[in-house]
Amino acid sequence: MEFNAPAGENLFDRSKIVGKSTPRIDGPLKVSGRAPYAAERHDVAANQAYGWIVGAGIAKGRIRSMDLDDARRAPGVIAVVAATEHDPVGSSNFNFAPLFGGREVSHYHQAIAVVVAETFEQARAAAGLIRTSYADGDGTFDLSKVAPGAPLASDRPSDSAKIGDFDAAFAAAPVKVDERYTTPDEAHAMMEPFATIAAWDGPKLTVWTSNQMIEWSRQALASILKMEADDIRVDSPYIGGGFGGKLFVRSDAVMAALGAKAAKRPVKIAMQRPLMFNNATHRHATMQRLRIGAERDGRIVAIGHENWSGNITGKAGENATLQTPKLYSGANRLIANHVAQLDLPEGNAMRAPGELPGHLALEVAMDELAEKLGMDPVELRIVNDAQGMVPGEPDTKISDRNLTRCLREGAERFGWSGREARPGQSRQGRWLTGMGVAAGYRAAPTMKSGARVRMTDRGELVVETDMTDIGTGTYTILAQTAAETMGLPLDAVRVELGDSAFPVSAGSGGQWGAASSTAGVYAACVALRRMIGEKLGFDADAATFDGGRAMLDGESWSIRDAGALTAEDSMTFGDFQKDYDVGTYAGHFAEVKVDAYTGETHITRMLAVCDAGRILNPLSARSQVIGGMVMAAGAALTEDLHVDKRFGFFANHDLAGYEVPVHADIPHQECVFLETLDPISTPLKAKGVGELGICGPGAAIANAIYNATAIRVRDYPLTLDKYLDRLPAIA
Amino acid sequence: MRSFTYERAASPADAARAVATTQGAKFIAGGTNLIDLMKLEIETPAHLVDVQDLGLDRVEETEDGGLRIGTFVSNTALSAHPRIRADYAVLTRAIQAGASGQLRNKASTGGNLLQRTRCSYFYDTNMPCNKRKPGDGCAALEGYSRQLGVIGTSDSCIATYPGDMAVAMRALDAVVETVKPDRTVRAIPIADFHRLWGDTPHIETALEPGELITHVRLPAPLGGQHFYHKVCDRRSYAYALVSVAAVIQNDGTGRVAFGGVAPKPWRSDAADAQLPNGAAAVVRTAFADARPTEQNAFKIPLAERTLAGVLAEARTGTRS
Repeated sequence: MEFNAPAGENLFDRSKIVGKSTPRIDGPLKVSGRAPYAAERHDVAANQAYGWIVGAGIAKGRIRSMDLDDARRAPGVIAVVAATEHDPVGSSNFNFAPLFGGREVSHYHQAIAVVVAETFEQARAAAGLIRTSYADGDGTFDLSKVAPGAPLASDRPSDSAKIGDFDAAFAAAPVKVDERYTTPDEAHAMMEPFATIAAWDGPKLTVWTSNQMIEWSRQALASILKMEADDIRVDSPYIGGGFGGKLFVRSDAVMAALGAKAAKRPVKIAMQRPLMFNNATHRHATMQRLRIGAERDGRIVAIGHENWSGNITGKAGENATLQTPKLYSGANRLIANHVAQLDLPEGNAMRAPGELPGHLALEVAMDELAEKLGMDPVELRIVNDAQGMVPGEPDTKISDRNLTRCLREGAERFGWSGREARPGQSRQGRWLTGMGVAAGYRAAPTMKSGARVRMTDRGELVVETDMTDIGTGTYTILAQTAAETMGLPLDAVRVELGDSAFPVSAGSGGQWGAASSTAGVYAACVALRRMIGEKLGFDADAATFDGGRAMLDGESWSIRDAGALTAEDSMTFGDFQKDYDVGTYAGHFAEVKVDAYTGETHITRMLAVCDAGRILNPLSARSQVIGGMVMAAGAALTEDLHVDKRFGFFANHDLAGYEVPVHADIPHQECVFLETLDPISTPLKAKGVGELGICGPGAAIANAIYNATAIRVRDYPLTLDKYLDRLPAIA
Repeated sequence: MRSFTYERAASPADAARAVATTQGAKFIAGGTNLIDLMKLEIETPAHLVDVQDLGLDRVEETEDGGLRIGTFVSNTALSAHPRIRADYAVLTRAIQAGASGQLRNKASTGGNLLQRTRCSYFYDTNMPCNKRKPGDGCAALEGYSRQLGVIGTSDSCIATYPGDMAVAMRALDAVVETVKPDRTVRAIPIADFHRLWGDTPHIETALEPGELITHVRLPAPLGGQHFYHKVCDRRSYAYALVSVAAVIQNDGTGRVAFGGVAPKPWRSDAADAQLPNGAAAVVRTAFADARPTEQNAFKIPLAERTLAGVLAEARTGTRS
């Protein structure tokens, strides 16, 4: 089915199941430990052996030698696959750093060997016996040193743009902000590590793994292992968090496959936590410059956002400007992304890639501009809210946008009028208190997505698609969509996900999963309805499906009477969408208290008011948004991969050193969805929310800290050492 | 992790003798630190002697009105003990400021005193570290040192003792009781228990080979107001940037020990004596010989500001 015109009124406008808060259908399995994650799939292949990955001990250079004898002789060892004895694996379109690169070391903790043994403990112990000698190479590890000479990026159309005459307009603007901001490298730090069980059957390989994008990964594995994609099966039904880190094949899958081949047995690998931060991908650090010029009434006349980041190939940086063309009006504009070459581990997508650091800079710059204007920061954003066309892409229409409503409703609910506009003026005992606001924008793309639906002769509906549920609630929204479309109760639907034997879906990434995959299931269900109509002799497109029956013109049919049937289709998205920017919007509010003695920041309240079209399942959508808010709090306050610029690695590579928020850091969070519909997005008029929740709250927290303390810190995370000397004098 | 053998000792002296006479042996109590370090092969004991069966899991009253804490008393049990809560509140607060509930259930009193540093380079066996490998060099001196020590450190090592419990014990002048392999016992004032690194950062305490901590003795209660303010980047489950354990009397005198700044809980009589003169005077005295790095120099003003907050609360009698 092609979605080739804006959605009109349809069955989802009368929905009974879609749009209703629905507990996860996989919830009982998960809370009882019966939803098997990759490393727990003891039943899928007999005789599993255990693999342990060895990571390189240098960041750049060449392996001179590896002494493998002791490891090979160690108890229980079945096989050792080492970089000195194995050709580099192939590359793929989906990642840049070599996953097993022979003697050349491109980044710290690059996989250089896998040890396979009868037990996990034996594999780990034997791995400790490998002695590797290196010839150190020179690497580039300091973004601030190479950024000034970094070339303009040209990977993507969004990398640079000029509209009007930015320089002249900015120079002439009566009120302006010109500030620089930095954001650090960040880790996905998902709970479930990279994990894979690999098994060979002749030339055919099966990997039971933890991955967000089944088809991408199947293709990538084929290219990396130099084999036919059709000989590979990828299965990933449950995923314990990915945040973009599992969009791509990582070395757990590659080394498990190589280890299994060498051991002639299935091999299981769960990557050890200390390896995850340097072996895999991370969010790239950024340096940003924001220049915004406005009239005295607050109208922006010039907006310039420049960004510098680095990556191992010198390409595909963290494009922190993504939201800037979309959010605010202004006739004269400048966008420039520069990407330097660095020899740190690979930077790649992490939840709202580009937008997370982009909002941390842009939305603080807006706060700074509001103060210079003597204007309320909510009002400044509303004055500049774009309508009709995308401000930075004047040929692109806006599909459905309710940012002003988000901000107004948020201000009302949050008690914004009680905020003291002058910073550093509210104190309760030792606590300085403040409120902050930020707008949020995140694109809501759609991608082709397929599904198969099977009606069994028992009247059960089985949905099969290689779509993944990365903790987001996909199982449930697909069941809701199928039940709604087929007129069946929710418990008549079973959903099977994550298997490459199923039709190819959009996968989970870029906040496109929910909207795309529900549309795909809808397409397959429409095909099934037509098969049923054909079989029973009615026009399915004209009929109403409800309560297990199809009804048309006073007649009705039990759909079970059609017998066992299978339909497959996918939703593709037509060219008409190219005329539009389909985005999601939010007003984010935060309240903090800062200890006037120590500078410790406690978030006391957070609110997000979201505009994301039809909300398919408000219960799980809320979880998505508040999860994003937690992650944004981490980005604002604690998360920071510390680059050791001598050795070229992230030094704090465990969960004690890389501090994500804990429960005690997170206060009451409120999430409100506006009742909006976006007919340009999909037949369900729905958009994603998985990344909207992280776009803005960090800046709202930063602005709240400024409102509390009158201290502006522009280098994230906002740890107390960066402003201790500017806190009020102590007696 | 290397393979190891394991035994459960029947008496403290047996345990001490077993460790002294077995090549590469170590004691294990809760294992919350040791096992993590073994997984990373930072610790590679050939033999473990478990001390859980030694009957050292009780808190007893002493004749002088103090308490004697068995080495195997868990952090959870100790922090919840009615006498500790009533008379040594600084200790309850310090223990509960550390780790997580699950870890505190496992962690023991003696083991917690022996908790090793969280320096990133100590934890990465690819990196030079004099503590792991004497003479190897120190990657932290000019590396990522924000969490590390500002005083009592050396050119060989700038690690800190990372724990909380011992900081409160230092303020209380606890005494560590031990038994040696030859069955002799001794009492080590906690001030002398942890060593400064000097040229031998791999030697962290006054314990001799095979010497087992059996008890920690707390002298009679001090009275006064008890404070433990731990400053971290997040609100729980994090190591201190700086912590302040303080017992403040009504006349403004008292005791203060600082955590997160040195190889040991940092306290001096001279600094205590400055308490009536305020936080700046105390910190000036306590940190007179500090040698911070660029990344961790903030710990000294942070110590002052944290103590100032504590003293302000002591003056007004309020905690917030």
